Amino acid sequence: MLRFIIRRVVIIIPMLVIVISLTWVLVRLAPGNFYTGEKKLAAGIEANLREKYGLNKPWYVQYGKVLMNAARLDFGNSLKYEGQSVSQILWRGLPVSAAVGVSAYLIALIVGISTGALSALKQNSWIDYSSMTLAMLGISIPNFVLGPLLVLVFSLTLFWFPPALWDGFPSRSLVLPALTLSAIYISYIARLTRSGMLEIMRSDYIRTARAKGLSEGQVVMRHALRGSLLPVVSFSGPELAFLITGTVVVEKVFALPGLGNYFINACFNRDEPLIIGIVAFMSITVLAFNLLVDIAYGFIDPRIRYS
Amino acid sequence: MELISRLAIPMTDESSAANEVIEGSSLWRDARRRLLRNKLAVFGMVAVMVIALASIVGPALLSKWTGSAYDSIPRDSSLTKAFAPFRGPAGQFSWAHPMGTDNAGRDILARVLSGGQISLMVALIATLVSLVIGVSYGAFAGYLGGRIDDLMMRIVDVLYSLPYVIIVIVLLALLPAKTPTGQLTQLFVALGAVSWLNMARIVRGQIISLKNQEFVLAARATGVSTPRIIFRHLVPNALGPVIVYTTLTIPTIMLSEAFLSFLGLGVRPPRVSWGSLAAEGAQNLAVYPWQLIFPGLTMALMLFSLNFLGDGLRDALDPQMRKD
Repeated sequence: MLRFIIRRVVIIIPMLVIVISLTWVLVRLAPGNFYTGEKKLAAGIEANLREKYGLNKPWYVQYGKVLMNAARLDFGNSLKYEGQSVSQILWRGLPVSAAVGVSAYLIALIVGISTGALSALKQNSWIDYSSMTLAMLGISIPNFVLGPLLVLVFSLTLFWFPPALWDGFPSRSLVLPALTLSAIYISYIARLTRSGMLEIMRSDYIRTARAKGLSEGQVVMRHALRGSLLPVVSFSGPELAFLITGTVVVEKVFALPGLGNYFINACFNRDEPLIIGIVAFMSITVLAFNLLVDIAYGFIDPRIRYS
Repeated sequence: MELISRLAIPMTDESSAANEVIEGSSLWRDARRRLLRNKLAVFGMVAVMVIALASIVGPALLSKWTGSAYDSIPRDSSLTKAFAPFRGPAGQFSWAHPMGTDNAGRDILARVLSGGQISLMVALIATLVSLVIGVSYGAFAGYLGGRIDDLMMRIVDVLYSLPYVIIVIVLLALLPAKTPTGQLTQLFVALGAVSWLNMARIVRGQIISLKNQEFVLAARATGVSTPRIIFRHLVPNALGPVIVYTTLTIPTIMLSEAFLSFLGLGVRPPRVSWGSLAAEGAQNLAVYPWQLIFPGLTMALMLFSLNFLGDGLRDALDPQMRKD
């Protein structure tokens, strides 16, 4: 187990190097740079700025600096937001993205698992059919369509929630973004829980549990649900990437000052340090989550051994 | 259905040679029967066909009948404003724009249909790219086995945990293609190249379970070359899961394309796709809600139908994989 974890942690490092290098190469390969904009700077000023940010050094020095910076988790200063370090911007955007993402995921877990379990227990009833059709609908409506539609109904017609912008963590402005983001996860989790549960309910150990006289409630809560959560857990890791892209869209739709919004703007602005900082940060998050999921797997399913 | 029967031809050829006399119930015939019994899957199939057909021939017919193409802005400047669905310039009932017009006076129906063309094309070609890469990679890894298999699958594992969407966003934002065709090619390659991993895993699993059977041994004994064994004997037998996974990949890729176009990274004006139409619609949401609603719902209906069709195919082709 420990060796498994160590090996997985160690492999994260070369993968980060790959992602960061790939991003850096793309930034450099792209025609133009941060200083080719509408407002052309005077040659002397641009030279001074390049000097300041180390952009006049040979490419290998700059590449080495990028990797060194990443190793120290300090990505230097943003080119666009003058005088602000990338870390400052990351720490400003992260709470917003995290608040939306985590609340969406919690909503999805609660609603998804209970709907899925209920559908499985009442298989082929109207509850099952209608919730599974709804789940399919949730998978099929893109979140950038769902978000504006929710705004249209709940902000522009009913005036319950603000249509955009951010008022801090526990506030009404969280509701619509979190709901928009959670829709697809509710659907996936409900479907996964349902299929997992249906499979488990037919397995031998459930028969054993029933045979030894447990009540149906105990069978479901203690044995079946635990087994059927496996697919949900394994889904959570890879799909965290989804959560990140989801927040990119949701932050754009609701004009939230989160990481996703900064990331897209940085890409359009050619803000090299900020792009690399955010890419590195998101990659670390995704890789770390994948690892956590693999470890959590072993705790939930005692049959899994790490070799 | 057409897809299945076409793909089924090599299979039935081989098996009919083996048992001329007894007309057994083949896997594909059983699958067709099971699929046609599944109402939701049939609904999905019909809806997919209708939307696809409308997108393919619709824009041409529409510009012939009403003169509105996806990019035609009315010359009369008094008409360059958004009309609600089924309304004419004076607010009277009119058949001219069943989905209304956008804020530049362009017919939304024409734009939705043209957008469908691009969205379908990107989704199909990118899926084909991922299909070709995934099937060959998985089949070779599975058939060769041993250390090569280990290495190839380790590479897939590593690629699997890279945060692709982020790289694709960086790629498309920083290297915008010069021509619209180049732009589309970039989309196919980017989307296809990131979505073959699951296919490779599925095909590899299938091949491993097939490769020790007698017919492979027989083929090898008669001196058939390795690529030929893989593509003539093994891959056709693994087609079921491949078809199922392909049908489920199409909506995923369609959604990714729309997501990128929504962010302004995918299809660019003057071309439209469902994603870029939704993006325009979202901007004018408060004033002209129909500009978002029609493209958005068309796309949702398409994805909904494709997903149901994919699920239905899965249940029909592989009853063991049935999720209920």
